[in-house]
Amino acid sequence: MESIFFLVVAAVAVISSILVVTCKNPINSALSLVMTFFCLATFYVMLDAPFMAATQVIVYAGAIMVLIIFVIMLLNVRVETVKRGTHAVIAGSAIGLFILFQTVWFLMKGSMTGKVGDMTKEQIVSVGHVELIGKALFTDFLLPFEVTSVLLLAAIVGAVILAKKKI
Amino acid sequence: MDTLILGLPVAYYIAMVAKVLVAFVFVLLTVAYATYAERKIIGHMQVRLGPMRTGWHGLLQPIADGVKLFFKEEIIPSQASKFAFLIAPLVALIPAFISFAVIPFGDSVTIGGYTVPLQIAAYYDQAGKQVFDVNVGVLYILAMASLGVYGIVLAGWASNSKYSLLGGLRSAAQMISYELAAGLAIISVFMLSESLSLHKIVADQAGGAWYAFKQPLAFVIFFICSLAEINRTPFDLPEAETELVSGFCTEYSSMKYAMFFMAEYANMITVCAVTTTLFLGGWHGPAFLPGWFWFIAKVYFLIFLCMWIRATYPRYRYDQLMRLGWKVFLPLTLVNVVATGLWVMFISK
Repeated sequence: MESIFFLVVAAVAVISSILVVTCKNPINSALSLVMTFFCLATFYVMLDAPFMAATQVIVYAGAIMVLIIFVIMLLNVRVETVKRGTHAVIAGSAIGLFILFQTVWFLMKGSMTGKVGDMTKEQIVSVGHVELIGKALFTDFLLPFEVTSVLLLAAIVGAVILAKKKI
Repeated sequence: MDTLILGLPVAYYIAMVAKVLVAFVFVLLTVAYATYAERKIIGHMQVRLGPMRTGWHGLLQPIADGVKLFFKEEIIPSQASKFAFLIAPLVALIPAFISFAVIPFGDSVTIGGYTVPLQIAAYYDQAGKQVFDVNVGVLYILAMASLGVYGIVLAGWASNSKYSLLGGLRSAAQMISYELAAGLAIISVFMLSESLSLHKIVADQAGGAWYAFKQPLAFVIFFICSLAEINRTPFDLPEAETELVSGFCTEYSSMKYAMFFMAEYANMITVCAVTTTLFLGGWHGPAFLPGWFWFIAKVYFLIFLCMWIRATYPRYRYDQLMRLGWKVFLPLTLVNVVATGLWVMFISK
């Protein structure tokens, strides 16, 4: 049951991510990307990580993609005339094949150690997914968390200064 | 009843299908009659009668409206972006409906020895005597609410019309701004309930300990922000008939227009149901009537409140709307979160 469901969602994910790069209309590309994010969220749910799934949809599909679509709408980019750059296609395929080879190579080379980390499935079920993430974020990873928030604040202030002529 | 399909009893599947059907039919009927109720209530508030001709006191009006819209001519503007134009009404409608998957309509009921929780995405552990539901239920609702903006933005862009585009842009800006304040407002509820599961949040409010009393500021801000997020009056700038000629749905006709209309009302019901669940104690109420009755009564009261607000207030201006969202509600919710944090940390423990 679960594997059939996985295969269906995976097929949708692959097809929609191919559509992202092949669609000629930028809005349709953006919509396909939203669909891909959705499929990723479904995978997170299947991996017992509902919090990740919810944030995936809220942050990526709900906020970032809306901004991208906003920009496309304002620039009024209609159907893009795609130039068939053969050099780019060849270079892109070469890099793609290289990365595929690299991934498969390292996967084949490594071996399963069978070592289990701290976060087992039982622990996630008993303590709770959100609780575990919260605890890790505010104790073990407090410094990176704070640094990220300061970075984001700096970005917001920077955007306001760049956009506003008179402050 | 003891037969297992994929490790689950048959009763589980029957209960699941029944719950989905009942919830869906309930929302659809409420959507249909909310349009009627709105016209009737606003009519009486403005000393008019409202619809009177179709059926007794116009009771068949929603059916007449539906049939009329169904048989209208379907027009797609020649310069429209076809794909986006066709899917936009669906994208608006679906998130509005699927939010109901996590909302608890009532406490568990036992039918023929099998206990069923009245919440679609939940099951009752018959051995452990415990209800399990989506443990990030509130985030799921926020996620679905954030998807609602796509329908309107796409409709505005795909129609290839100035009015529609302006309506779409306004709604995108408005929904993103108010989503933030609404999300921050309910954080203070999580801080008190220590859970994101809607079942647990409702269970915490037993005996009249509603979060609306503990968090009055969060309650008021959440409700107002929700009105803004679903584009209800006084925040219906994306439509703004008088200046934008219905905004994003100017170019839509027939069933597609009806879908936007249904999405608007379904969103209103969703928002009222979420507010009831988070702040008004969900299905808790005096025990002489079943839990689902109290839930529906509270939701209908909030829907009435929405209509009352529509009959009372004029529309906000765009800059006033943005100022209210970013300069009033956002700081207030931040203060509320900090205050709740201090209270939980030093006083309640």
